[in-house]
Amino acid sequence: MRLSLTSRLSVTSALLPALTVTLVVYLGATSWTAWMSLTNSRMLPNNNFVGLRQYELLLSNDRWITSVHNIIVYGVLFVSLALLIGFLLAVAIDQRVRAEDTIRSIYLYPYSMSFVVTGLVWQWLLNPTLGIQYVLRSWGFAGATFDWIVRPETAIYCLVIAGVWQASGLVMAIMLAGLRGVDDEIWKAARVDGLPKWRVYISIIIPMMGASFATAAVLLSTAVVRLYDLPVSMTNGGPGIASEVPAKFVMDHLFERGNIGLAAAAATTMLVTVIAVVAPYLYWRARKGEVR
Amino acid sequence: MSATALKSGRPKRVNPARWGLYAFILITALYFLLPLYVMIVTSLKPMAEIRQGHLLALPASPSLAAWVKAWTSACTGLTCEGIRVGFFNSLRILVPSVVISITVGSLTGYALSLWRVRGANILFGAMMVVAFIPYQVFIYPLVRVFSFTGLGQSLATIVTIHTIFGLPTMTLLFRNYFTSLPVELFKAARIDGAGFYQIYARIMMPMATPMIVVAVILQTTGIWNDFILGLVFAGRDNLPMTVQLNNIVNSTQGERAYNVDMAATLLTALLPLVIYFGSGRWFVRGIAAGAVKG
Repeated sequence: MRLSLTSRLSVTSALLPALTVTLVVYLGATSWTAWMSLTNSRMLPNNNFVGLRQYELLLSNDRWITSVHNIIVYGVLFVSLALLIGFLLAVAIDQRVRAEDTIRSIYLYPYSMSFVVTGLVWQWLLNPTLGIQYVLRSWGFAGATFDWIVRPETAIYCLVIAGVWQASGLVMAIMLAGLRGVDDEIWKAARVDGLPKWRVYISIIIPMMGASFATAAVLLSTAVVRLYDLPVSMTNGGPGIASEVPAKFVMDHLFERGNIGLAAAAATTMLVTVIAVVAPYLYWRARKGEVR
Repeated sequence: MSATALKSGRPKRVNPARWGLYAFILITALYFLLPLYVMIVTSLKPMAEIRQGHLLALPASPSLAAWVKAWTSACTGLTCEGIRVGFFNSLRILVPSVVISITVGSLTGYALSLWRVRGANILFGAMMVVAFIPYQVFIYPLVRVFSFTGLGQSLATIVTIHTIFGLPTMTLLFRNYFTSLPVELFKAARIDGAGFYQIYARIMMPMATPMIVVAVILQTTGIWNDFILGLVFAGRDNLPMTVQLNNIVNSTQGERAYNVDMAATLLTALLPLVIYFGSGRWFVRGIAAGAVKG
């Protein structure tokens, strides 16, 4: 169907915001950030080209190294624990349990709350003076220590605990949808063969749920790269710089330390990492013809 | 659901595996509920009781004093007017952001799904990639652009920002929905001579009510829970509740008032919790629909 001039004008006007946003915000802002990472911009952006100098500085910056190290530890633990717990929760719910709706609501409600709320609650729970450590001691475990949040070498694990608490319900919801999509015939066949249930899950169901695992893993991974609100509210990167993360590194260098060039280099590094993870996934989904 | 009924075929009887299952569910449910419980009981205790350290104990004499203080007089940095300032700021940010982002997103999704537009797939693909990119990449250039246009940090700026970053998910949501409708509907309307915006307003949007509900849930919780965008773009007079909450808790001098902190935290979590428990399966549908963004 050929479009009349008025129709074409209408369509164009409707797509104007998307077009502007894509060109100006996405492409424009991304290229500007990438360009700034090649300059020696400090408080204000300038155009003094310094090549890859900022990236060299970045790699010799203790805080950045700690941030990257932290995000790897956090990312690996957070993604694998959330996947594992989320999957187990989904399997448990899928066993025809009573009060299914209530249980599911309990698992998922943390996901409706912000990272700031999550961070502040767990900061209080993990507080060594009055939190869980104190409770354990008052129960008679005199030597119980759970002071991870004030110890530099363990503070990052506190972020993992809070993050997993917040996100496992999301994984559960995705996995439950996947489990409910499994064909009944498979369960019947497995019963006829006399396979124990756990074997069916491990050898048949999990391999079938590749798409659910991929979706959940990508969702969790993007949350990892974006991790900012949680450390800000829970530990503020501390003690010292022990729980710093890349997103916070960028924000602090942009708005507090007046080092835009270095911040841009860090942001560009994050961008490249994300694209390296997401591009194959989007390509895979597009090939499967199910970009939804 | 008949599918699940068949799955564990044998009739229900109490066996060790079943006990193990329920024990697992109980323990995990307690882990998930613990923070909410502790938030509630802490917010109802006076500080003297909290200092004794019985984190899990029910309050001896529950009092709403901490709630009143959190709402009306807790200090967020320099001013001490309570979290209510943040609440109303968040509300003022939320309403226009939700309305505008859904309008723009649905219109974009509609144009990209039903109308043949050159380059539609490229535009859509670009937006999908962007949904994954961390905000840190865009933030500084956007700050400069907004200060250049004279908007600076303001209500208009933060609403625009939420519209911009909500666009990929909203477009995706409505594009998929409109694609799933029978195309005859659209063709018939075209033959009857209806124009682009007429079809959108009279036929498509009324049919998209379920998607609008999902979009409202998704955007409301997302925008309410936002921290970083509000911090950077809203300006000092419009800081959202999450930012104010963080200020109340983390910039206190001297002894922390944990009861006030927890009351303020609960107040901030209240709207998303109400939406979550009130909307039931719609929330899950929103997650599934927005799954590509996160």
